[in-house]
Amino acid sequence: MTRPGTEAQPLRVAIVGAGPTGFYATDQLFRHPDLVVDVDMYDRVPTPFGLVRAGVAPDHQKIKAVTAAFDKVAAHPRFRFFGAVELGRHLSVDDLRAHYHMIVYTTGAQTDRRMGIPGEDLQRSHAATEFVAWYNGHPDYRDLSFDLSQERAAVVGVGNVAADVARILSRTPEELAATDIADYALEALSASRIREVYVLGRRGPAQAAFTNPEVRELGELAGADVTAKPDEVELDELTRQALERAPDRATQKKVDILKEFAHRAPTGKPKRLIMRFLVSPVELHDDERGAVGGMRLVKNRLYATATGTLQPKATNEFEELRVGLVFRSVGYRGVPLPGVPFNDDWGVILNEKGRVLDTQSKQPLVGQYTAGWIKRGPTGVIGTNKPDAVETVTGMLEDLARDIHLRPADASPEAIERLVRERQPQYLSYQDWLKLDELETRRGKETGRPRVKFTRVKDMLAALGRA
Amino acid sequence: MNIASLLAKKGPKVVTVQPEHTIRQALGVLADHNIGALVVVDRDGGPIGILSERDIVRSAARDEGVFTKTVSALMTKDVILGVPQDDLESVGRTMTDRRIRHLPVVDQRRLVGIISIGDVVKAQRDLYRGEVETLQMELTEEHGRPASR
Repeated sequence: MTRPGTEAQPLRVAIVGAGPTGFYATDQLFRHPDLVVDVDMYDRVPTPFGLVRAGVAPDHQKIKAVTAAFDKVAAHPRFRFFGAVELGRHLSVDDLRAHYHMIVYTTGAQTDRRMGIPGEDLQRSHAATEFVAWYNGHPDYRDLSFDLSQERAAVVGVGNVAADVARILSRTPEELAATDIADYALEALSASRIREVYVLGRRGPAQAAFTNPEVRELGELAGADVTAKPDEVELDELTRQALERAPDRATQKKVDILKEFAHRAPTGKPKRLIMRFLVSPVELHDDERGAVGGMRLVKNRLYATATGTLQPKATNEFEELRVGLVFRSVGYRGVPLPGVPFNDDWGVILNEKGRVLDTQSKQPLVGQYTAGWIKRGPTGVIGTNKPDAVETVTGMLEDLARDIHLRPADASPEAIERLVRERQPQYLSYQDWLKLDELETRRGKETGRPRVKFTRVKDMLAALGRA
Repeated sequence: MNIASLLAKKGPKVVTVQPEHTIRQALGVLADHNIGALVVVDRDGGPIGILSERDIVRSAARDEGVFTKTVSALMTKDVILGVPQDDLESVGRTMTDRRIRHLPVVDQRRLVGIISIGDVVKAQRDLYRGEVETLQMELTEEHGRPASR
C-alpha cells in the first residue's frame, strides 16, 4: 500500500476542537502542496471558533474578526466540520482510529483553576470562565445565573479574563447594547445593581499579566471611575531594581497608567472600578445564608526566586473586604479527554512537542497528536497557537515521511460520516454554520449590533429548519 | 508566561544520573538521549548537581583518566533551580546573565523537569510570533472586511 497523502489515497486527519488552534493546524496541513490531506474537524458545541466566540469579550469585536481567516481555511474543498459531536459521547478514540491516519486534539483548557481557600464554594462565588461563557452565549452555560443585585463584586486575578470580567461588569447598558453579548446577559447586566468592582492582584502592578491596551481601556469606561491605591502602585525595591537592570518600556508604561489611575479624582460616574495589588484572598465569608458576604485578604510582599522571578509571600497583615459576588480568574486548566493520556502535573495531554505519549511507556502513540492550550497550558494570545500548531504539524509530517501513522479499517470520508450521522443525527456542518452566521449578523443589523447570537442548540436547529 | 508551559510539552522524562556513576556511564546517557546535560540526583530523587558536556570537556582536556572519575567529582554543585511558576522572562535573563544552559525545575524539592536555553529562546520567539500574528490578523481583517459588516 502506498503512503497516504496522494490523490488516490489522501491523508485523513481528524481534528478534535474547532478553536483557533484547530484552524491553525488545518491551515498548516493544507499549506503543503505535495500533500493531499482531508481534514474533518469536530467540536462538542454546534458552532466553530472556540474561545473566539465563547471567550473573547463581546466589546472586543476587532479580535473576533480573526474568524475571517478561519473561514478561508474552512472554504478548502477537503475540509469538513462536524459540530455538536463530542469525543467520548458520540465518538470514541477507537472510532477515530478506525477512520483516520492521524488525530489531533485541540480541545483547549476547558476549566478554571481554583483558589483553594475556605468558602470558595459558597453561592455567589464563581469561576470567571463561567461568567464569560454565560455572557458570550455558550449553550452549556446560558442557563446559569449570577446575582447582580449585589452592590460590590471582586474579580480575583489580573490577567486578560479578569480585565474582561471587570469591564463587562462596569459597562453601561448602552455600551453593552452595541456588542454581540448574549441577549439574556444584556438584560441581566442592564438591571445590575453593582456599584463597585474590585480587581485583585497578588503581585504588584509591574507583574500584572494584562496588557497595556487592556489596562488603558479600564480607564476609559463611560459609566465607571477607575481608581487604585497610591501605595499599592508604587514600585517596591525589588521591582525597581529589576527594571533598572533590564529596562522595559511596556512594563514602565503599565505602572505609569496605574499610577495615573491612583491619582485621578472621581468624576461622579455611577460605578467605581478599584484596582488592588499585593493582596490575596485567604477566605470567603459566609453571609450566614450560604452565600458570599465578604472576603478576607492578606497583604503580600514580593520576594525573588533563584531565577529572579518576583513572587508574592503573605505577610501577617489582613484586611476585610465587603463584597457579595466573587469571580475567580486565577488560570485555566485542561480537562482530560476519555481515552487520551493526561499529564496531571500540568493539566495537559501527556505529550512531547505535540506527540501524544503512552501513559506507561512514555513513548509516542502512533497517529495521535495535540496542539494549543491542551498541549502546553493556557498561555499567550490567540496567535501564539500558530507556532504551536506548526510544531505539531511538523512532527506529523516527519512521522508520515517515516510511514508512522494509523492503519484505519475504513478511511473513506463516507464511512465516518455515516457513523457520525448514526450517533448524532443533529450534527452541524460548516454550511450550517455559515447559514447561522448569516442569520445572526442579519438579526444584529436590525438592532445595530454586530450579531445576535443563537444560544440554544434547539434554536439553532430550528433556524436551520431541522427541529 | 511561566515556565510550566515549556515543561508541559516536554513529556515526563527528565534524564538523571547518580553521583556515584562514572563519567563513562554519564557519557553513554548523554549520547543515548542526544542531550547536553544531566541532572544529578540523590537517592530520593532530589537534585544535587548538574553535569554538562562542558564539565566533562574541561576535565578531559587535562586528564586522560576522565572516564573512570565519578559524576560527583565533576558535577557543578552550585546549581540554580527554577520553579514552575518562574516567569519566562526572568528565567531567560538569569540564564543569559549567568551563562547557564540548563535549568532544573523543582516543585517542592521534587524534580519536575529541565529546560535549556534553547527552550527559552524558542518559547520567547513563539510568544513574539504569536503577538505579531494576532496583530496582523486584526489589522488585515479590520481593513479587509466588506463594508456591509
